[in-house]
Order: sequence, then C-alpha cells, then structure tokens
Amino acid sequence: MSNVTKLGRRSLLVGSVGLSGLMLGVTIRGRRLFPEAYAAPPGPADLKPNLYVSIERSGHVTIVAHRSEMGTGIRTALPMVLADELEADWQRVSVVQAPGDAKYGDQNTDGSRSTRQFYQPMRLAGATARQMLESAAATEWGVAANECKAENHQVVHIPSGRRVDFGALVDTAAKLPVPPESALRLKQPQERRYIGTGVPIVDLHDILMGKAQYGIDTVVPGMKHASIERCPVYGGRALSFDAGAAMSVPGVEQVLQIAPSPISSGFLPLGGIAVIARNSWAAQQGRQRLKVEWDFGPNASYDSASYRNALRDTARSPGHAVRSEGDAPAALAASSHRIEAEYYVPHLAHAPMEPLAAVARVADGKCEVWTATQNPQAARTTVAQVLKLDEQAVTINVTLLGGGFGRKSKPDYVAEAAILAQRTGAPVKVTWTREDELQHSYYHAVCAQRLEAALDDRGHPVAWLHRTVFPSIQSTFQTGVTFGSAGELQQGVTDMPYAIPNIRCENGPAAAHVRIGWYRSVYNIPHAFAVGSFADELAHAARRDPLEYLHELIGPDRVIDLKASGVDYPNYGASTELYPIDTKRLRGVLELVGHQSGWGKPLPPRHGRGVAVHRSFLTYVAVIAEVAVGADGQVSVPRVDMAVDCGLCVHPERARAQFEGAAVMGLGNTLYSAITFRNGRSEQSNFTDYTVARIDAAPEVHVHLVPSEAPPGGVGEPGVPPVSAAICNAIFAATGKRIRALPVDPASLRASG
Amino acid sequence: MAELRLNGVHRDVDAPAEMPLLWVLRDVLGLTGTKFGCGVGACGACTIHLDGEAVRACITSLSDAAGKEVTTIEGLSADGSHPLQRAWASFNVPQCGYCQPGQIMQAAALLKQTPKPTDGQIVDAMSGNICRCGTYQRIKAAIKSVGGA
Repeated sequence: MSNVTKLGRRSLLVGSVGLSGLMLGVTIRGRRLFPEAYAAPPGPADLKPNLYVSIERSGHVTIVAHRSEMGTGIRTALPMVLADELEADWQRVSVVQAPGDAKYGDQNTDGSRSTRQFYQPMRLAGATARQMLESAAATEWGVAANECKAENHQVVHIPSGRRVDFGALVDTAAKLPVPPESALRLKQPQERRYIGTGVPIVDLHDILMGKAQYGIDTVVPGMKHASIERCPVYGGRALSFDAGAAMSVPGVEQVLQIAPSPISSGFLPLGGIAVIARNSWAAQQGRQRLKVEWDFGPNASYDSASYRNALRDTARSPGHAVRSEGDAPAALAASSHRIEAEYYVPHLAHAPMEPLAAVARVADGKCEVWTATQNPQAARTTVAQVLKLDEQAVTINVTLLGGGFGRKSKPDYVAEAAILAQRTGAPVKVTWTREDELQHSYYHAVCAQRLEAALDDRGHPVAWLHRTVFPSIQSTFQTGVTFGSAGELQQGVTDMPYAIPNIRCENGPAAAHVRIGWYRSVYNIPHAFAVGSFADELAHAARRDPLEYLHELIGPDRVIDLKASGVDYPNYGASTELYPIDTKRLRGVLELVGHQSGWGKPLPPRHGRGVAVHRSFLTYVAVIAEVAVGADGQVSVPRVDMAVDCGLCVHPERARAQFEGAAVMGLGNTLYSAITFRNGRSEQSNFTDYTVARIDAAPEVHVHLVPSEAPPGGVGEPGVPPVSAAICNAIFAATGKRIRALPVDPASLRASG
Repeated sequence: MAELRLNGVHRDVDAPAEMPLLWVLRDVLGLTGTKFGCGVGACGACTIHLDGEAVRACITSLSDAAGKEVTTIEGLSADGSHPLQRAWASFNVPQCGYCQPGQIMQAAALLKQTPKPTDGQIVDAMSGNICRCGTYQRIKAAIKSVGGA
C-alpha cells in the first residue's frame, strides 16, 4: 500500500512545481521516476532540433542531461551551456535525465571528461535551436534573419525593437530545416548569460528536503529486496549452502544462488547467495543466517604485507622502459650526488555515501532498471549480456548518484538486480551494505615506486629514474595482465614535466589478486605522491627553498612533446594540439599558489608548509598545505591553498566545490585510509575501521582559479593528486621526518624526548 | 502493530519491534529522505530526531521510538524554510547531496540545544556525520551563519 501512496505523492509533486517556488531548483525539475514520462515524445508542434533540447508552444524548454550527476554539478552545468547558447531563460528550463543509450554519445561519467567532451556539442545544440527561432521570427515578420536576435527567451527585431516569445515561434520554427553546423553562429564570451556564473544546482531544493531520488531510493510497485552473500575472496565460489535458518526469518521469501563469474570478471557479478525478502532489513537478517561453504579459489593467500615487499623488490630491478631520454642509468652511475627514495601507497576503496543499489524489473522479454550509475551504457550492455537479451530490450534509468568516485562506473551490482528480477519474476532491489562495498570493491591499486636522481654542483638534477609497480586495471578485464597500460603510466610517470636531460621511466610487473578499478584520479594518486615528494627531497638535498626549486625544475616555458621522445602518451584521450603539456601553465599555478598561501611567512614550531604541483586530466593544479604535528604525532591540516588552471571554467562555483572536496579526499587518502588484505579478505569492514576524513580534519581550503579561455580541462579529479605530496612535504618542514608510505603513521612523528 | 508519532502525524506501523527505524522509514513507510550509509551508527547519513535529539535511525529500533516524537528530514519544514535549509542553499553546501539530510538533522539538533555554538562545538557535534564529497567547510559556514557565536 505504501508504494502506491508514494507514487501518488510523487506524481503530485511533479505536477505542482510552482507551489514552493523558492529557488530555481524547484522549477527546474524533471527527473521522473518512471521512464514512461521521459519516453513520451514531444508533441508534433514542439521544436526538437536535436537530441538534447526541445521547446514547447508554452515556451518551456526541456534540456537532456546525459551525463551522471554524482556531485560535480554536471547535470546543471552542461544544460546551462546549452541554455546559454540558446538564450533561454533558466527559470523556464527543465532538465531531464537521459537513459543509457549510445545515441547520446559517450555517457561514461568518469575521467573528468564531461565538460571537455560536451561543452562544444551543447553549445552547438543550443545555437541550432536559437537560430531556428531567430529564422522563424524573421519569416513571420518578413524581415532579414540577421536583423533578429534571441535575447532571454524572446527574439528581438533589432531595428524596430519588436519582440516575440520563443513559445510563439515554435510552430514556424519546427517547419524550418535544421541548419548545418557550418551555418551556426556561436556566441562570443562577452555575450554569455550563464557560463561562468554560479547557478545553483538543479537538484538543490530536493536534496535539502530529503526528496532527491538516488538509486537506493527507487520504489517500484511489488518490489522485493535482496541482500547477497558473496565469497569474501575474489575468484572464489559457493560449494554448497543451507538456507533453512535464513528462510525462517519473517519477511524472507526466497534464497537463490547467483553463479560466479570467472576471473577476470570485468563488470560481471561476483556471484553468491541472494536472500530475497519483503524489506531490506529482513533480507539482511536472513543473509546473516545463511550457512555457506566456499571454495576460496586462487587468491585465498593474498596478503598485503608480503605483496608490498614483493612490489618493492620488483621496483628495485629494471622494468619495461616507458620513457627514455638521454642516458639516465649512466648519468646516475657517474654521479657523486645521488638521491634515492622508495614510496608506497595502499589499496583504497571509494566508499561513496550511497551504497551500491539497483532496482530491476523483467517482464515480456524486456528489462527496466533504475540505478545510480556513472556508466549507463555499460550497465545496459552488461544487463543484456547476463539476461541474454538484445540491448534494445534493456532500459537503464539513471537516478542521482550518492557519490561515485569511479565505483559506480562498474555495473556488477546492476547485473545482480537484473538476474534476480528475471529469476523471481518480481521487481528486485539489490542493496549492498557498507561491508559489502569495502569487501568487494574494484580497489584502487596498491603501488610501490623507486626514484633515483643525480644532482649537479648547483643541485639541479641531471638524471631522473622513476620505476613504478602496480597491478593494472586491465587485469580486471583480461587475465594475465601484469604491466600498466599507456593510459595508466601517463598518470604521473611518463608525463613528468621537469627539465632534466637524462630521464628514464620504467614499469615492473605485478599480478592482481583483487578487482582493480578506477578511484578518483586513479594512478595519479601514487605517482603524484612519489614525484611530488621526491622533488621536495631533491630541494632539501640541494638546500633550496622547495617552491623556488620547483620553479627551477619546471624550467623554461615550453610545450613538452612526449610523442617526439617516443612515449606512448594518450593525453587522457585529448588532442595534444588543443591540450599540450604547457609548462607555462604549470608555472602559472605554482606562482599563484605561492602568492596566495603565505609561503615563507613564519609558523609556530612543528608547523610547516609543503608544496606540490601536478597536471592531470588536462588541468594544472598547485597545492600548498599547512600542517601542524602534535607531540603525539597526530597531523592536522589547518589550511590548504589550491591554484587551478582548468581552462575555461563553465561553472566556477561548482568547480571550487570540487577542489574543496578534493582537498578533503586527498587529506583522507594521505592521513587515514587504507584497505589491507589478509587471507584474501579485506581487513576493513565499515567506517569504523576504514577511516575517512571527518569534519574535525577538514582544512580551510582556498581555491584560486586562473581565468582562462583555453579549452576546458577536467575538474572532478585533478585536485586530488598533488594533495598527498603537499601534506607530506609540509610534515617534513614541520618535523624533519620524511613520509614515504601512506597513510601517514603518527607513531613515526612523535616529538622526541 | 506499533504506533509512531512521525513528523507530527500518528502512524500505525506493521513491522517487527526490533527493526531499525531506518528500514521502517524507508521500506515500510516510504520516507526515503533518511539515508542508509553504514548500518552501524558510524556515518550519520540516517540521522533523525527522537524527541528533538539526534539519533542514528540505523541503530534505533522501532520499539525504541514507541511513545516518542520522530522527526525526519521530510518533517523538518514543509517547504525548505528551516533556517538551516536556507543556509545550506545559500552556501551551496551539497555536492552529491546524499549525506546532507543527515547533516542538516544533526545540525538542527545542535542548534536546538546550543543556539550559538562555538567552532569547537560545531565540529564536535558534526564529527559523526561523514561527507565523502568533502563539503565540511561549507557545512561549518552554513551552521555558523545561522547560529554563529
């Protein structure tokens, strides 16, 4: 009964948008629970020049958000770009979320690519509609099209000042041919209406009212709830199970086995024993009473302590050369001032606040899913695969995401719901517990590195050797992969930007024993930590101020052409012409953060500042962190300054928020978080032992954005990588103790005496 | 059958007495503003008020709530006009937004008890609520703007 009530109330809300018209978010509504509403085609009189925008006779504009909203603000920012180019009144715009469908173009919301890839397409989509409306007004008035100009939801005839609302032009505009891209006139920067402003996110009001709908909040009539017991070791499987006690829990209706997927399982479900019940609580209670006998499989002896040693040993031997300029080994051998250091970063888990959840309904040879996914097209493909359906028979409705950080790019949990819905014949919601999430993640790769440098008489490096060893994400999809891909090695290894004559970067092999996956900023985390720390070590070895020394390492303004050096360098999938490695921009953020942070000003004892700079996801970020180290070795970070050059910033207010958040996540990665394995099992189970940054650790973050008209770079991820090195360099400044392994061990920082 | 006073309204609930309020609210009563985050009282996503005090609904059973006034985010204000909801909007606090109902309920209980909290009191009261997006700086600012000492 409650389900029916709920649906009724939600429909009412959708229909009564004006009632609480407090802010923009109220009128810009449009995420519908059921896709029927989405699928309803616009009326024949609507103007619908492309996939992303339609305009009704009322003048109401509907813009499709096709990327997933997990907190970056992209569901607001990209529609805002379209609305800007359309000259739409934002108050008369609704945003609807696209289901997973290749016709929208790439929807995999990761890699900090949404704005980079879709800024221009959204502008073109908006300009197309605008020009059709302008032409329609010219036709109706019998005047030249170039005398008509769209302005805040009206078209104006410039010579006469005559005006008409967009809505009144829809019928005429809909009969006009869609102009080709070559005929489109895009707005100039000074004509921008919303780009560069701080429009509130479209979901703000719903979030604050508790009405925002995440995947886990989906309710479908007749829905069952499932909780799944999976083998604690990756690659294991259930030999037998006893469901008797589980079935005796009131509310438990069924216990089903999901077949395991062999290593490397990719996006396929792990398999396990699913308890299906009337509510989540009963499902979880039933699950606790399952008796399962497991074959733990080939990874049952995975142990983080011994694995760490193995990776470190690998990093002490030569690996595959992935960048080589000059002769670094010879220069190192000949040097009288040689510096060496080894670094280590553990596994991490994403721990988005919304645990993984999906609802699926299978009927009449079709499957419909509601879920929080970063990657709805992969979810669609995976569901079609496990159900043996054609992709066209699968609909993936994308809800809001309660965080993602890369975990929700992998749709294994969506496939679980689909399998159970097919097997039970009822809609099924699968909800992962926090314990499930930490035990069965696609973990951020553990990484061991060794760096060596030779310094000349002035303390400048003449040789640089960087060896990195980590299990590759590719191992999750393909068995036997032990080396990193070019896309992984570009993240802080092959793209090293310092002016050094002899450079050698190497990668050694590491076999994976768990699923390895993307975690916000990915391999940039360990590499920026090691490179950023090592640069600071060199500065101290050279007895130089670290900030000045970094400027010297960056060297003269230039574009680094890695392809000319024979490096397989993907540049995050972007053209190196549009997005070169430009050391002038790297220097620019470093100068800016130096000026803004108070670098060089006196600090109390056991306080210190540290600096690091890193380009990732085509964006340049410099960080200065200030730390205070207690006598007990506890580290606090009172202040972080971040200077950011991300090119054109569509939504600076949300960009600032992303960098503020990146400082906090980077701080957590540095000081607290680690997933460790013993006997193939994660030793962490919940927020009680997987520590993340809480409000008491939150620094005051100052974000300094560089104004730019360069093509837009990434925003969601590039703030994270330089934070760890900046904090650890600050710890060195405060205590003289060098941190080379994360997370920081406070015991190593206790005041002596 | 248990009786609840929920957001000012009397509700009869057909659920086991030991069932956590979190699941009663979400799965039985259909109020999904109270979020599941950890199930062990370690993250604060499910924070609600029991007789005006902040509690974690994931570790509070239905029977614990008998005879008490239960307030969830849906009952904090009819229209988003609670001073904290307004402050959250003016500071653009949420990123993904998932933890924010719990954050707001925790902050509302703090201000009820301590209308003008110090920075230290804000941090103490809010340190049980995790935000993985890292909106803490704005949460502090929003609370201070309403009840700054």
